[in-house]
Amino acid sequence: MPEAELILEAAGVVKRFGGLVAVDRMDFRMEKGRIYSIIGPNGAGKTTFFNTISGLYKAEEGRIVFNGVEIQTLTADRITALHVARTFQNIRLFGGMTVIENILVGGYTRLKQNAVQAVLRTRGFMEQEKRAEKRAEELMEYVGLRGVGNELAASLPYGGQRRVEVARALASDPWLLLLDEPTAGMNPAETEDAMHLFRRLRDELGISILLIEHDMNVVMNISERITVMDYGEKIAEGSPAEIAADARVIEAYLGRGAAGEAAGGAAGEAAGGAAGGAVESGDAAV
Amino acid sequence: MARRFLASCNRGATPYWLTGAFIAAGFVFVYVSPRSIPAFLIFVGGASLAYFLRLKKPARLAFAVVVAVVLVPILGARNIFYLEVIFQIAVFSALALGLNIVVGFSGLLNFGYMAFYAVGAYLWGFFGSQQPFLLHAIPGTVPPGTPFFLAPDWFYLFVFLGIIVAAIVGLILGLPVLRVRGDYLAIITLAFGEIVRQLLNNLDKPLNFTNGPQGITPIQKPTLTPEVVAFFNRIFGPLVGRPVTSSQFYDILFYLIAVLVVILVVIVTFRLDDSGIGRAWTAVREDELAATAMGIPANRLKLSAFAVGASFAGAMGVLFAASRTFVSPESFTFLASVNVLTMVILGGIGSIPGVIIGAVVVTILNLQILQSISLWLAQLRQSDAFIPIINFHWKDLSNQLDPSKYQRLVFGIILVLMMIYRPAGILPAARRKRELKGHDDETTGENNDA
Repeated sequence: MPEAELILEAAGVVKRFGGLVAVDRMDFRMEKGRIYSIIGPNGAGKTTFFNTISGLYKAEEGRIVFNGVEIQTLTADRITALHVARTFQNIRLFGGMTVIENILVGGYTRLKQNAVQAVLRTRGFMEQEKRAEKRAEELMEYVGLRGVGNELAASLPYGGQRRVEVARALASDPWLLLLDEPTAGMNPAETEDAMHLFRRLRDELGISILLIEHDMNVVMNISERITVMDYGEKIAEGSPAEIAADARVIEAYLGRGAAGEAAGGAAGEAAGGAAGGAVESGDAAV
Repeated sequence: MARRFLASCNRGATPYWLTGAFIAAGFVFVYVSPRSIPAFLIFVGGASLAYFLRLKKPARLAFAVVVAVVLVPILGARNIFYLEVIFQIAVFSALALGLNIVVGFSGLLNFGYMAFYAVGAYLWGFFGSQQPFLLHAIPGTVPPGTPFFLAPDWFYLFVFLGIIVAAIVGLILGLPVLRVRGDYLAIITLAFGEIVRQLLNNLDKPLNFTNGPQGITPIQKPTLTPEVVAFFNRIFGPLVGRPVTSSQFYDILFYLIAVLVVILVVIVTFRLDDSGIGRAWTAVREDELAATAMGIPANRLKLSAFAVGASFAGAMGVLFAASRTFVSPESFTFLASVNVLTMVILGGIGSIPGVIIGAVVVTILNLQILQSISLWLAQLRQSDAFIPIINFHWKDLSNQLDPSKYQRLVFGIILVLMMIYRPAGILPAARRKRELKGHDDETTGENNDA
C-alpha cells in the first residue's frame, strides 16, 4: 500500500453498548483527498463507527487520529471545529429553521463573534454576518438548491433535504466529510446527481469523503477503497474490484453458500439486512 | 377576507392616520372617563397598531415616543392605577422575554424562573434598606436610629448589578442542569425555584439576612428632586388638571425606568436572536445532537441562555424592590413562575412581539378585566336587579362566584382553548425572511420563480 498522507487513522477502536460490542477493534486508514466507503449489513456498526469519529460517541478503546490530531477524547463540537463534518442517515435538519439558517448554523464554528458584538452590532459583526450569509447562498447554489433559502427546512422534499444537509455540513468548511447513507431513498436520477456532487466536492474543494452506503451502484462507482464491516468488525478492505470478488463479503451479505454462485458480480443491490449465516469472526487483515 | 382588510389598512397613508386616530381616540376616552376599561383597551390597541400596521420606522418610533413619554404619563397622573397596570406590563414583559430566551429560543423548560427575579429584588432589598445593620437583630425589629446602608441613588447601579448577579445565579443553576433535559429539567428548575424561596424564608437566622417571611421593608427609592416634579407639573399640569405630588411622580418615574429597561431587553433579545448565538440556541432546541455535530457547544449555549434569561429578571427584580419598597418571599412563588410561563405560551413561544402581547393580555386580564367584572357583580348583588324570565335575583348570587377568585380557572380555560385552537400562541414565532438572490420580494407572498 503506497503510504500517502493520511487524513484519518483509527487504531483498535472499540465501542460497546452494555454487552454488545458495536465496534470491535476497528482499524481504519484513509488517505487525503480520496473517496472511501464503508459497507456492511444492517447493524454491522458502520454508523456507530461514524459516531465515534465525529465525537457523538466516545470510543472506549483505541485511537482516532484526524490530520495528525488525536480526537477520540474530544467532544463533537471540537471535532467539527477541526474540520470534520457529517450528515445523518435519517436526515436531522433543524426543521423549524429556514434552509439558509440551517446552513448558517453549520458555519457556527467559523464565526468569530460574541454576544456583546451581537448586541452592539459592531461593524465586524455585521460584515461577518453578511459574509456568512453570502457563503451560505453560494453553498446552496453549489449543492443545487435554488430559491428555497427562506423555506422551512422541514417543508422541502426529501432530495432537497439531503442537499441541505450536505450544504450545512459544507458550511463548517470540512476537510473530511462523513456521509451516512447520502443517497438512501433517492431515485436513480437523484442518485446520479448526488454522485456527481460528491465527486465535485473532492475534485474542486479537495474534501476527503467517507461514505456509508447501501446502494452498491454508488459504492462501486464512486469509491476508491471500500471497507466492509460485519458484527462490528472489519472483515474486508480493498478496491471495489477486490471487494466484489471477496468471498467473505459475499458471505456476509448473502449468507454461507452463496459465495460460490455470486462471485465476480458487482452484486447490484445488496439486500438490506440479509446477513444470514454468521461469519466466523476472525481478524480480516487484508 | 381578513387579509384583504389588512391590505387595505396598509395602503398609502391609511396606516398613519388609522394609528394616530386610534391612539388619539383612546387617549380622549381614557382622559374623559379614567375608569373605563373599554377606553383603556382602545388606547392600548391604538398603541399596538403602531407595531402591527406597516409604518415607516421613524413614524413608528414617533408614535411610540409620544405614547410612552407624553400620553401615558398624563393619563397615569390622572389615574395612577393605569401606571400600575403599565408598570406591571413592562415588568412582566421583561420577565417573559427573559424566560422566552430559555424556554422559547433554547427549548429548556424552566419552572423556577421567579428565583432570578427574587435574586434581583433581594439584592436591592438587602443593600437598599437597613438590613445590613440588622444582621444580629431579632427578625422584625428595627432598633431606633438605624441608618440605611447605602444612599438611595445606588439604585441605578444596582439595576446593573442585578443583571450581573442574576446572570451568575443563572450560570450556577445551569451547571447541574445541563445533563438533564425535558421533564427532568422542568422538575429541577421547579425545585430550584422553591429552594430559593425557602432560603429567603429561612435566612433570618442565624444571621438575619432576609427578615424571613415578613420580608424586608422599607427599601429605598432613588431620590427625586422637587425640580423634576415641578418641571413635569409646569408642562403637563394643565393637561392633568391638578398638580402631581412627588409620591405620585414616583410611579411615573418607575414606569419610565421600566419602559426603558423593556426597550433595552427587546433590543438585546432581537439582536441576540438574529446572530450566531440565537441561531445556535434554536438549533439546540430543534435537535441537540445534530447541533453538537454541527460544531455547536450545546452546553455552553444552554448556560448562556440561562444567564441571559436570568439577567433580565435580575434587573426587573431590583426595579420591583424599589418601586414596592418591600420584598417578601410571597412574591416569588411557583405560581408566579407559572404565570410568566403562561404569558410566554399564550403570546407565542419564541416570538418576541408575541411574548409581549402575552404579558399585556395576562396582566390586563388579571388586574383589570377580572377585577372589574367582580366589582360589577358586587354592585349587582347590592341592587334589586334580577334576571327576568328565571326570576333570579342578583343578590342571591353566591360570594363564591366572584370572578376574581376564579383567575386561575379563567386562565386554565383560556390556556386549554389556546392549546387546542392556536397552539403556537397569539402571535406565533416566524423565522426571519432574508433577502436572497433568486428569491422574490417577500411582500408578494407567493413564490413564482422567474
